[in-house]
Amino acid sequence: MSIYLNKDSKVIVQGITGGEGTKHTRLMLKAGTNIVGGVNARKAGTTVEHQDKDGNDISLPVFGSVTEAMEETGADVSVAFVPPKFAKDAAIEAVDAGIGLLVVITEGIPVQDTAEFYNYAASKTGADGKPTTRIVGPNCPGVITPGEALAGITPANITNKGPIGLVSKSGTLTYQMMYELRDIGFSTSIGIGGDPVIGTTHIDALESFENDPDTEAIVMIGEIGGDAEERAADYIKANVTKPVVGYVAGFTAPEGKTMGHAGAIVSGSSGTAEAKKEALEAAGVKVGKTPSQTAELLREIYKG
Amino acid sequence: MDLYEYQARDLFEAHGVPVLAGIVAQTPEEAKAAAEKIGGTVVVKAQVKVGGRGKAGGVKLAKSADEAYEHAQAILGMDIKGHTVHRVMIAQGADIAEEYYFSILLDRAQRNYLAMCSKEGGVEIEQLAEERPEALARVAVDPNTGVDAEKAREIAEKAGFTEDLDQLVEVFQTLWTVFQKEDATLVEVNPLVKTGEGKIIALDGKVTVDENAAYRQPGHADLVDEQTEDPLEAKAKENDLNYVKLDGQVGVIGNGAGLVMSTLDVVAYAGEAHNGVKPANFLDIGGGASAEVMANGLDVILGDDQVKSVFVNVFGGITSCDAVANGIVKALEILGDTASKPLVVRLDGNNVEEGRRILDEANHPLVTIADTMDEGADKAAELANK
Repeated sequence: MSIYLNKDSKVIVQGITGGEGTKHTRLMLKAGTNIVGGVNARKAGTTVEHQDKDGNDISLPVFGSVTEAMEETGADVSVAFVPPKFAKDAAIEAVDAGIGLLVVITEGIPVQDTAEFYNYAASKTGADGKPTTRIVGPNCPGVITPGEALAGITPANITNKGPIGLVSKSGTLTYQMMYELRDIGFSTSIGIGGDPVIGTTHIDALESFENDPDTEAIVMIGEIGGDAEERAADYIKANVTKPVVGYVAGFTAPEGKTMGHAGAIVSGSSGTAEAKKEALEAAGVKVGKTPSQTAELLREIYKG
Repeated sequence: MDLYEYQARDLFEAHGVPVLAGIVAQTPEEAKAAAEKIGGTVVVKAQVKVGGRGKAGGVKLAKSADEAYEHAQAILGMDIKGHTVHRVMIAQGADIAEEYYFSILLDRAQRNYLAMCSKEGGVEIEQLAEERPEALARVAVDPNTGVDAEKAREIAEKAGFTEDLDQLVEVFQTLWTVFQKEDATLVEVNPLVKTGEGKIIALDGKVTVDENAAYRQPGHADLVDEQTEDPLEAKAKENDLNYVKLDGQVGVIGNGAGLVMSTLDVVAYAGEAHNGVKPANFLDIGGGASAEVMANGLDVILGDDQVKSVFVNVFGGITSCDAVANGIVKALEILGDTASKPLVVRLDGNNVEEGRRILDEANHPLVTIADTMDEGADKAAELANK
């Protein structure tokens, strides 16, 4: 088991013909992902040539819309590699088509666009009253269920399948942690993204990992900006029974400066790494001082 | 990007928000000319992106143009909480009957917008929110519907307004227009005043705009204050590098915002054992880590005279470590004699053995290889303390 993504997921790529889309379609296929096609309205009806994970040549159909792609292939996951100025339209198109999971990799989307498409998605609910489309990102590395499928840009060959669930705002820190703990391995690793507004939060991922029978322990990585980690700490205290270790980046970040990620900014006294660490520790989460120490804490808890 | 008050005022005016006359001045002469143009009593206001300027003596009433000249002379160059005053705004004097508060901002936690309004403006709003939260109305705004007339009325009524509703509704909607059309994440008016004649006017404004929207906001490039921009940050920006200057001795370069932030922390911890040396900067060179980008990054870092050593911390994912190692070797060739400080390199991830082998073989006199991030940080801190 895993969360959000597995070997049966049928994945399409929005922007499959672009530079990034082409490169990462190749890598996602190599990671074993069942990619069934892509979308580009201007190249509808054509195909793109790739190789599956065993090296066999395959032709992937390019569709004019997400709706058409879903009708023709039964796709249930879309990964969007579209430039910032087209991201909102791409997301709304995917939501209107009713795709189950939309992973938005794009960095640099104006936050008002994200606020608009996130709220639009949240308003389109299914029979269960929940939004039909879960959005992961934007500005994220995506979701990987090692050994099964990758919907995003996470390097697939740095880790193995196992019982750890990982949720993180940061890409390379995620990779570092997956690499350090590759001997134990991961059920699913989710990069939720470093923008101020994101579709899937730490809390969403924690809830899913808590309910996933194959996840035995959770690593949660946060960084300065906002109060998502503090709210996640409250959630862990009340709802999570599995062991959680945490890491927070940005103790040395100055006030008022954006540190790479659009959302990584300490404003006045809010959003500091110290406050996040304290909140997590108060919720019983062991927080490492460095990524390596965090990996060690997970090892101890997991083995102990 | 936070804007200056005069820039916010100009945006307000452009979108139909009622404001008083205001002219920015960089010299006492300009201030005098502005005061003459506006006429009557004016207020000379220091333009700094920090609160508390009134208490610091950065806001003065002037009854004549000559007085405006004198105040401008005193205020220009003043230091307010570490911010040097380079400009003043000469603002028309206001006949204030009442002071209110209004803001609209991005609510990260709720993932929508939040409008806040109070009949008690002109005070520190954080203080009001803490001491008398009932005096501050908070109304969620759906990004897809915004502040229409109905929402504006809801905000005004929730704040306890019973008079001037039509005028307030109109003003709130124009402020929403500023928020939306300018890709803002914050539009704040404090105070929003009612004049003796009963007119509602935005007397002081604070606006933050989203830098991700720069591609569709061509006017925002002109709002950047090059005068106060750090020269190294400006140089980095020219090279499309994500760089933030800090006040330490260990230059840091890495890939990915989270990993670089983490590297700064690890360097600071390591520095505790080495006379308290600290990270000198944040620099994220992104996923590719090509030779050219690496060379540009090192060039910016080495332009900082405070830097005594550099810690290069790269995780090789899609770009594997051998490519990164080749990039570093080539970058050092490109830089030649410019590269004068010791470099500690830590590579991890895909093909790490090959990456380390390439660095070993190049055997550059400035380069030390570290096996782990913690070890690399310690070595770089030690070298910076020599």
